[in-house]
Amino acid sequence: MKILVIEDDAEAASYLVKAFAEVGHVTDIASDGLDGYAMAREGGYDVLVVDRMLPRMDGLTLIGGLREQKIETPVLILSALGQVDDRVKGLRAGGDDYLSKPYAFSELLARVEVLARRKGPGVGEPTSYRVGPLELDRLSHKLMRLGTEIVLQPREFRLLEFLMKHAGQVVTRTMLLENVWDYHFDPQTNVIDVHVSRLRSKIDKGSDAPLLHTIRGAGYMIRDSAR
Amino acid sequence: MTALGKLFRTTVFKLSFTYLVIFAIGAGLVLGGIASNVNLLLDEQIGQTVQAEIIGLAEQYDTGGIRNLVEIVERRSKQPGASLYLVTTFAGQTLAGNVSTLPPGVIDRPGLVETSYERPNDKGQSSSALARIFLLPGGFRLLVGRDLGERENLRTVIIRALVTSLLWLVGIGTLGGGIVARRVLRRVDAMSDTAATIMTGDLLRRLPTAGTGDELDRLAQNLNAMLDRIGELMAGMKEVSDNIAHDLRTPLTRLRNGAEEALRTARTPDEFRAAFEKTIEEADRMMSIFSALLMIARVEAGTSVGSTTDVDIGEVVRDLIELYEPVAEEAGVDLRCTVATGLLVCANRELIGQAVANLIDNALKYGTTAPARSSTHEGAAPPPVPVIAVSAARSGPAVEIVVADGGAGIAAADRARVLDRFVRLEGARTRPGSGLGLSLVSAVARLNHGQLRLLDNGPGLRAVLCLPAVEAGLVREPAASRSAAVPAEVGG
Repeated sequence: MKILVIEDDAEAASYLVKAFAEVGHVTDIASDGLDGYAMAREGGYDVLVVDRMLPRMDGLTLIGGLREQKIETPVLILSALGQVDDRVKGLRAGGDDYLSKPYAFSELLARVEVLARRKGPGVGEPTSYRVGPLELDRLSHKLMRLGTEIVLQPREFRLLEFLMKHAGQVVTRTMLLENVWDYHFDPQTNVIDVHVSRLRSKIDKGSDAPLLHTIRGAGYMIRDSAR
Repeated sequence: MTALGKLFRTTVFKLSFTYLVIFAIGAGLVLGGIASNVNLLLDEQIGQTVQAEIIGLAEQYDTGGIRNLVEIVERRSKQPGASLYLVTTFAGQTLAGNVSTLPPGVIDRPGLVETSYERPNDKGQSSSALARIFLLPGGFRLLVGRDLGERENLRTVIIRALVTSLLWLVGIGTLGGGIVARRVLRRVDAMSDTAATIMTGDLLRRLPTAGTGDELDRLAQNLNAMLDRIGELMAGMKEVSDNIAHDLRTPLTRLRNGAEEALRTARTPDEFRAAFEKTIEEADRMMSIFSALLMIARVEAGTSVGSTTDVDIGEVVRDLIELYEPVAEEAGVDLRCTVATGLLVCANRELIGQAVANLIDNALKYGTTAPARSSTHEGAAPPPVPVIAVSAARSGPAVEIVVADGGAGIAAADRARVLDRFVRLEGARTRPGSGLGLSLVSAVARLNHGQLRLLDNGPGLRAVLCLPAVEAGLVREPAASRSAAVPAEVGG
């Protein structure tokens, strides 16, 4: 995967380059807004990681400019501000996800990978997801496992839907809280873990090949381990 | 700048000078007006006197003829302070009177006239007079007049008064303005000197007040009040930063010691891995503390805390109950929820959500260990399941979100303290937490002009978050009264 990091803090940027390289991603760095804009316009990147406060051209202007040029590369905004309205502003300017500093790299990585694999705009989401023996029908809100229906609570269904939509990818706890509950704060206790373990007990019950995996220090992933 | 130059440049001095000019013009106008009015009055009086005399003399002429008139005029002319009299023939020949010379032609025009004249013993010195000329039947002319010297004297007096008073006015005005300006200047200088010393760091100094309650005093008092407020804020900030420094040192020390210990004792890659994971965990915890602190600071400052909308409190509470319900169930806690409908509050949904989540989280952490019972019956039923009752209801102009638990509660003396940052009560220190949860709730309440009240739930804590309600179209009262009874009930 090719990532462009537009970040004026050289140390933070080189840390990202190293960290992304360790998991096999190629990273370019632009140290100010104008350079970043030029590089992003040339294209070829799967994801842009854009700091909000940049010299020469701030992050939101940069994203707005790219979107005006119909460059739809997914953008993850990094910001030290990290407040609710900043998030809204960032997403409104054309950003696709938002992460406030300080952040854990595992969180950033999970989000970048989800963004990179996201289908482009205009591509509708499939009406059903399938992971191993699990088949989730988004229209009828039914979950089948090997021909048997598993009954889920509405929220459990949404949780599983989100996990299955990003099957094979790490999904962090905050991503789950954001996308399933629409809250962006730190829930402090292990609320998400308990929800996930409940869901796991329903879908992986009696199975010797569990689908829902806990990724230590990062989050969760649903994956057909048999394959 | 010289002291005098400084004086001249003061506002007070400029104001004094302006007033002085205005007063001088005013005084001139007043005195001028008086002079002209007095003049008019004198002229009128003279005219009336002269008129009355002429009527009398004309009557004398009518009854006694010219001889009689001449006699009377001769007699009156000789009296001291007499008016001016002149009787002439139609040809201008003087028959009687005390006027020797008149400008030519004056005697031929009947009516009131201001003219110059000479008396017989004036020796060529003419004076001016106001006179009336009357044509008597038979062609004789009668002139009666009064000398205008009095009027001239009066004018001189008035002009002198004008000049003198203007001089005094200017003199006293300048002096007074100078004195007042210097007095004010001294006070302003004192104030600005004090301000300068405050700026150099002597933050406890206050501006001097004269105790007169005038505008300078009020200014000084207000500035002093402002300095007090700034002082309070700075003290608060210092306390907060001291707290932060102190309370972050603990996890930092833990982090450092953990790493050091790993370096010393770990031998296998697995041990190192475990140590690093612990380190990252610790760092993550510190990051979340920083985020919480930043959040509280933002909320307290009231800046950049997101847009506000009408938030349905009932929905927020239900969502959060649903979020926390599995955790509660796992902990063996009965999490109950009573929510009225139509509870709207104008706020930021995220912040309200976080505040309520913090309250529920607190109740789950600290409110589920029942206080020790003094006696238990033999073979009694297992201890009752701890209950956390969450309710949202309308109470007067406010929406009340109540999170009530049956735990150990918070002693009355500690209730105000726990709202401060990093305050963790004895017994809570051994559990995870940062002591910031209630601080944030309290800050969110204040931001929304609401209030966080911590009450005794007998036993347990009853946290009440009051937020000003937005009038919805329909608020169902029965729901509110139903929920009011809930928190008191404890049971399986």
